[in-house]
Amino acid sequence: MQWEMSDEDKLLKQSADEFFREKLPVNSLRIMRDRNESKGFSPEIWRDMAELGWTSIIIPEEFGGLNLGLRGLSTVLEASGRTLAPSPLLPYALLSASVILEAGTAEQKLSLLPALVEGRLLMAVAHDEGSQSLRLPVSTQAVRSEEGFVINGLKSMVLDAPGADKLLVLARTRADQNNEGLSWFMIDRDAAGVELKTFRLVDGRLGCHIAFENVKAPFEALLGYEGKAQASYEKMLDAAAIGLAAEMFGSASAAFEMTLSYLKERKQFGVAIGSFQALQHRAAQMYCELELCRAAIQRAAGAYDAGESASSAYASLAKAKVSDVFAHIAREAVQLYGGIGMTDEHDIGFYLKRSRITAELFGNATYHRERYARLADF
Amino acid sequence: MNESFREDVRSWLEANCPASMRTPAVEEDAVWGGRTETFKNPESKIWLERMAAKGWTTPEWPKAYGGGGLNPQEAQVLREEMQRLGCRSPLLSFGIWMLGPVLLKYGTEEQKLEHIPKIVRGEIRWCQGYSEPEAGSDLASLQMRADLSETGFTINGSKVWTSYAEQSDWIFCLVRTDSTVAKQKGISFVLVDMNQPGVKAEPIRLISGASPFCEVFFKDVKAPRNHLVGPLNGGWEIAKALLTHERQAISSMGLNPREEAVEVYCNKKLAGVGGLRSQPVFRDRVASLHMDLQAFSFAVEREAALQKAGHSPGAASSMFKYYGTELNKRRYETMMEAAGFESLGWTGLENEQDQQATRDWLRSKGNSIEGGTSEIQLNVIAKRVLGLP
Repeated sequence: MQWEMSDEDKLLKQSADEFFREKLPVNSLRIMRDRNESKGFSPEIWRDMAELGWTSIIIPEEFGGLNLGLRGLSTVLEASGRTLAPSPLLPYALLSASVILEAGTAEQKLSLLPALVEGRLLMAVAHDEGSQSLRLPVSTQAVRSEEGFVINGLKSMVLDAPGADKLLVLARTRADQNNEGLSWFMIDRDAAGVELKTFRLVDGRLGCHIAFENVKAPFEALLGYEGKAQASYEKMLDAAAIGLAAEMFGSASAAFEMTLSYLKERKQFGVAIGSFQALQHRAAQMYCELELCRAAIQRAAGAYDAGESASSAYASLAKAKVSDVFAHIAREAVQLYGGIGMTDEHDIGFYLKRSRITAELFGNATYHRERYARLADF
Repeated sequence: MNESFREDVRSWLEANCPASMRTPAVEEDAVWGGRTETFKNPESKIWLERMAAKGWTTPEWPKAYGGGGLNPQEAQVLREEMQRLGCRSPLLSFGIWMLGPVLLKYGTEEQKLEHIPKIVRGEIRWCQGYSEPEAGSDLASLQMRADLSETGFTINGSKVWTSYAEQSDWIFCLVRTDSTVAKQKGISFVLVDMNQPGVKAEPIRLISGASPFCEVFFKDVKAPRNHLVGPLNGGWEIAKALLTHERQAISSMGLNPREEAVEVYCNKKLAGVGGLRSQPVFRDRVASLHMDLQAFSFAVEREAALQKAGHSPGAASSMFKYYGTELNKRRYETMMEAAGFESLGWTGLENEQDQQATRDWLRSKGNSIEGGTSEIQLNVIAKRVLGLP
């Protein structure tokens, strides 16, 4: 396991930190919310990210990618988390990329991956259903017809669907009760029968549920092979858990650092409030928890890239641990900021809101503890 | 790396490590050395003598003082080869872990020549005299006096929580040599022979039933002037350097790979009620603990790798001491709950493992107190890492 950052890692981290600080500071999220923008992210910034190569980080060199693995993409996601950047990297550069790599036929990879590398393929992934991430078996149906398949069902919390051109939909092609018989379909976002129900999320981003009503999918819309989506879906969920954990770690670290500065500058009773031991100990405990998160994410990304058998357990560990720690730090941050922490004017509230959202995506902490226990055989 | 060195080490170990020294270490066989050492297993004496003759009880210490004179890469090869063959550590010693590094850094040539070879060979067993009844977390307020006259130091006072003082030959102490200045500025580091009148060590019985610590009383005890290490009144710097080593040693207690994994233990104890799988609330707690243990071991692994690559340890030892000991307490609490009635016995039990687990639970309470309490570690992190005022 390579724990030390290579020069390449350091360079990537530096350029990502700079990029998000300059182009997508926390305030850009506030502006997006206040103007009620309907896209969810800025197309110009997406182009910039593609030029920097971030759309292709996990894609192998043979398809024009950077081949830096989840470890590389986690570095960028962590930087994006620091400023709560409204960036669609997670769905477009990680989720759909990972599914195409795992499930796509050789021909599909050759046609889709270069487009993804160049930032021309904006594909959102519609997998979750109901109001609890990953709790229910997939009930969206894809029934065979003469020309292909007909899709019916409801998908929840499809990340960055309003800005996408394509939707990658997980549907059941065989009516089994277990997860055998799942298939991936690539559907145009504005295909007939696709209805996006877009709403504003608590943190100012866009949320989206999607109804599919008799949506026609030709045979070419099938990504990979019929009934064979399970393995690529599980792999995508591991990647998502680790990538999102990295983003959350960035947010948690930034919230902690902001709070720490405040403890040093805010004066009451004639002294900096950070001189009070009751607050010092809380800060020190948060620091320790963050260090554990950092190691857990790094280890999980390393295991994922190396294809270690423990990588699913480590993915659950990272997501569960970081979900709890981010929520804890965000709550503490608002409390330690005191009155100003309750105001919309201050940025810290956005971190609390973001912690609530990310906690529920791709399985919450309780889900992942249960999965971890199962994987560890107890 | 010189591969012939590895081959030499391997063949030497294979020729010289006695068979019983290649089996997992057991506590009764542990060799701490010193005048009272009895070598319950005779092969442990042979093993110690052979390793000490090579200086490999302290592989990286200079040859001039009896050490192995190996460079860090060679020492790593030796560790790897010992591990490969399953060799026991030939000697457990506070002299090796604590005093030796201090003497090598701060000692005079005369002190090094006098004391280090005896540490290497395990001839003298050392203990550490830091805490006092009135100086715990506030260690610098220590009171044990060492008055300097022409004949040397005369020492009066007492030390407490001194590990294995009863079996030790010498003690390295922090003493008060000036009480007119700021408390940190009047402390000296002195070596004292315990085999003299006026020294009395009394074991302290702990809640776990064991007595690893003593209180040590000093009445007009003598130490010649040349038993002072470092400058007069310059002991505090040495003390702080040593505490860093100690924290690192204690923080790894939660990671003993020889112990049964917590989920295995809990599953076994809950077998009568269907195991963890039929106890979802408890299982969630075990999963959470298991995750924290795992994440902690990753953080330790990461820190070790970074230090090896040249990063300075800094205040990291405080974080690991704090988190590791708190985690270890949580682990034992969880085990006790899983054991139910089987965690309640003290003596006369059929299952000795149950008896030991309960005692270990009680012993774990000391981990977050000894070597600097959790609260002191949090202070250190707040000030030295986070820069809080």
